[in-house]
Amino acid sequence: MAVYKDMPEVEIRERRLNAILSYQGDAETLNIQSKKRKVKCPGSSYNQCSQCAEGCAETITYHVIGAAVVSHAPIGCSIGVSPRHILSRAVSKNRGLPEHKVQMISSNINEEDTVYGASKKLFAAIYEADRRFKPKTIFLQASCASGIIGEDMESIARQAEEKLHYPVVPVYCEGFKSNIWSTGFDAAFHAVLRRLVKPAQKKQHDLVNIFNFAGSDTFIPFLHKLGLRVNYLVPMATLEQIASLTEAACTAHICETLATYVAAALEEQYGVPEVKVPPPFGINWTDGWLREIAKYTDRLDLAEQVIAQEHERIQPELEKLRTQLAGKTVYVLSGDAFAHNLANIAKDLNLKVIGLSTLHHDLHFETPQQVNTLDALIKSNGNIKNVTVCNKQPYRILKLLQDIKPDVLIVRHPNLAPFGMKLGIPTLSEGDGNYSIGYDGVLKFGRRLIELLAAKNLFNNIALHAKLPYSKWWQQNSIVNFNNTQDGGL
Amino acid sequence: MSDIIEQPRYGCALSAQQTVLAIPRALPIVHAGPGCASKSFAFAATGAGFQGEGYGGGSHISSTNTGESEVIFGGETSLAKEIKGALQILDGDLFVVLSGCTSDIVGDDSIAVAERFAAQGYPVVGTETAGFKGSSYYGHEIVIKSIIEQFIGSVEPKVQRGLVNVFAVVPFQDPFWRGDLEEIKRVLTGIGLEVNILFGNGSAGISEWANIPNAQFNLLISPSTGIDIVKLLQEKYDTPYLQYPLLPVGAKETSQFLRDVSVFAGLSPIRTERFIKEEEKRFYDYFISVSDFIGEYWNNLPVDFYTVGDSIYAPGISAFLVDELGLTPKKIYLTDELKPEWQQIITESLSARDRKLVTALTFENDGGRIEADIRQSADKAKRSIILGSSWEKFLALDIGSLYAYLSLPLDETVILNDTYTGYNGGLHLMSEIYSAVFKRKTATSRSIF
Repeated sequence: MAVYKDMPEVEIRERRLNAILSYQGDAETLNIQSKKRKVKCPGSSYNQCSQCAEGCAETITYHVIGAAVVSHAPIGCSIGVSPRHILSRAVSKNRGLPEHKVQMISSNINEEDTVYGASKKLFAAIYEADRRFKPKTIFLQASCASGIIGEDMESIARQAEEKLHYPVVPVYCEGFKSNIWSTGFDAAFHAVLRRLVKPAQKKQHDLVNIFNFAGSDTFIPFLHKLGLRVNYLVPMATLEQIASLTEAACTAHICETLATYVAAALEEQYGVPEVKVPPPFGINWTDGWLREIAKYTDRLDLAEQVIAQEHERIQPELEKLRTQLAGKTVYVLSGDAFAHNLANIAKDLNLKVIGLSTLHHDLHFETPQQVNTLDALIKSNGNIKNVTVCNKQPYRILKLLQDIKPDVLIVRHPNLAPFGMKLGIPTLSEGDGNYSIGYDGVLKFGRRLIELLAAKNLFNNIALHAKLPYSKWWQQNSIVNFNNTQDGGL
Repeated sequence: MSDIIEQPRYGCALSAQQTVLAIPRALPIVHAGPGCASKSFAFAATGAGFQGEGYGGGSHISSTNTGESEVIFGGETSLAKEIKGALQILDGDLFVVLSGCTSDIVGDDSIAVAERFAAQGYPVVGTETAGFKGSSYYGHEIVIKSIIEQFIGSVEPKVQRGLVNVFAVVPFQDPFWRGDLEEIKRVLTGIGLEVNILFGNGSAGISEWANIPNAQFNLLISPSTGIDIVKLLQEKYDTPYLQYPLLPVGAKETSQFLRDVSVFAGLSPIRTERFIKEEEKRFYDYFISVSDFIGEYWNNLPVDFYTVGDSIYAPGISAFLVDELGLTPKKIYLTDELKPEWQQIITESLSARDRKLVTALTFENDGGRIEADIRQSADKAKRSIILGSSWEKFLALDIGSLYAYLSLPLDETVILNDTYTGYNGGLHLMSEIYSAVFKRKTATSRSIF
């Protein structure tokens, strides 16, 4: 079956990848059950707030240089524009790019629009975005409201395009359609593939596509060691970079959840090979990743040289860090599959991974050849006893953390750090997804952990005074019992 | 005012989950799509100077995370299960259901579901706060009115002389709400009132809310949002209200405010004047102490200003800058959606202070237009200070103006108990205005801008 289908929308993750939102058990069982597509997922009729696909689509579309975004939504859907703008400024500076300003206009759907339709307003917003920003592409982001009232964004986009003479690209990221927020990445990439990517004019044999989250510039110096150039995608890329990404020698990414859809589609549609080993987090994965990149760029000998040199270079400090951190226990709480990356670094630093929670889990990816980082993590780290799949849900995770009591909590995602902080667990936030790649990434990770552990007084102080909003029943009972009590009572 | 919006300054009605969270031990239950609560929180709490999840905000917020099945088959069953779960798992004194776009378009009767729980004695209130229905200001009023109607209900007031309910800034939508409400409570207590401040640290929580009908009067410090609340209370409990439309900032306005309140409440003028005298002495000691700096750094200081904020906040700030600091108003942008009668109240209150303030008034909710307007009117930008959000900071850096933080979104500063209200707020505002000259580049007493 084709990965990419020429239709307005890509299928949601629940149906395409059998993505799940709950699991509790060990890593090996999850891996085996995933392969059989039979994972036991206890459902719950009580939930705490998740996130939506629209937010994930923003992480791509807001940061395309030269494009504007029209959010066809009530104003509440697009209030995250300011921090994204700040991120753009920071990353522009870090990567030496001209300052990127996020260019977003909301159609500000109101009650009347939900009754009589909002297409007039959408046209007005599109033309106003054109006037204000003079973009070369406009993304139209759908919302729950525009989706339910049945706005015909396809025909609106076509009509606007006829007038503007540049792509007007709908992104179908309605929040209600999927409870897996990463579906928003797929929705944005599908729009990019459908309208913005062009066949290669000429091949660039030393160019590597890196799909990432508007992270810092760590890949350019790293791949420079192999004499390769980096095409950072899609956030903070220009429309020209996106159009010509088919010219690259291969495609790699920092996280399967982010980019396996777009990477598989590029291989299928344009013959750009995808790197099919885990991303370069931790020493063994970095070795394997460099070799794989070298394979597609014809520099295997050089890769072996670099790997040997790098191992030797980091060895003295790595040994020191391993001694200092020996035996410390860590719990990793992060998106699937980035959590696997972080856990794979931990083992290099002599840390013991005693718990792992991912915010969802895809039972498989687009093609059987694509990498399975859970599998790879079990191979390099051994089984992990406490593995949870859970879309945040502090009422569950806090219980686990209280029971498991790790020395350190490592998180990557907004609003997760307080889970550890309030329990007095030193908590390391991995904000920048590119920061910890490669050999230096392992060292930097270790240094940050040592700094973190030195601040123990702060975490103790927070735990001493923080109150959790949970009932006596919650404190005294296992959460497993909670689901069973749902049918009685009221 | 604009139909479409660039650089939004407020959230949607569902952002009123933050109004619920501002009440000690009250917890929201959101009946909406999976991203609504998180987005509202990210904007109004994280983006308000990193105010944090507090007791039960952030990821702790209960949410049905409505999906396709609720859109197709209706979401009332999911909501009922969610409320039941919240009552068992969470430790709160009041639970407020807030519905979002999905549930309101498909026609869930969220209020009826909440009422079923309330009828069984659970402290549950239902509200409809779909994002398309209005802004966070609208949602704030809806939440408060619903708590009054459904939770406090029709009770016989036992009027307590000297007790006042205060309705002022919108929590979180005013990033300085915590400090502002503390200061308002402090000065009102100073003249002899007992204060139901209702939100934040100074509030006793639900017991205070239950006591609302017994107040001698309601005090509304706003020209706009909140009028419907005090009118409802007048109708329901026969409680009179005093509307003071301008946020009192600095000594002159705060003293005037206290005198007006004192007269309305029938308090002892002697005690009021004694308090005012003590406060003014302290205020002007600080004021005079900074006048050396003002004199020596005059050539670096701003001579005019722009304010970008809501109608509850920006007029009071602007009046202080004109009246006590002698600055000239270039433009005062009011970013909330204002009914014509509210605009009238604002215009009247400002013209009573200084006509220049009225001339500078602009009603605009589209941040993109505000930016374009400032760029176009900034002739001597170096001598201007722009008070606003993170957006205005970037604009100020770009055109060489000074800046200070006033309104959402504020993603690059940490706000704790800072306030711009009252005597303490005036002092804080002065320190922000004058410290701003050092944020641009090295300023010395010899440099001339």
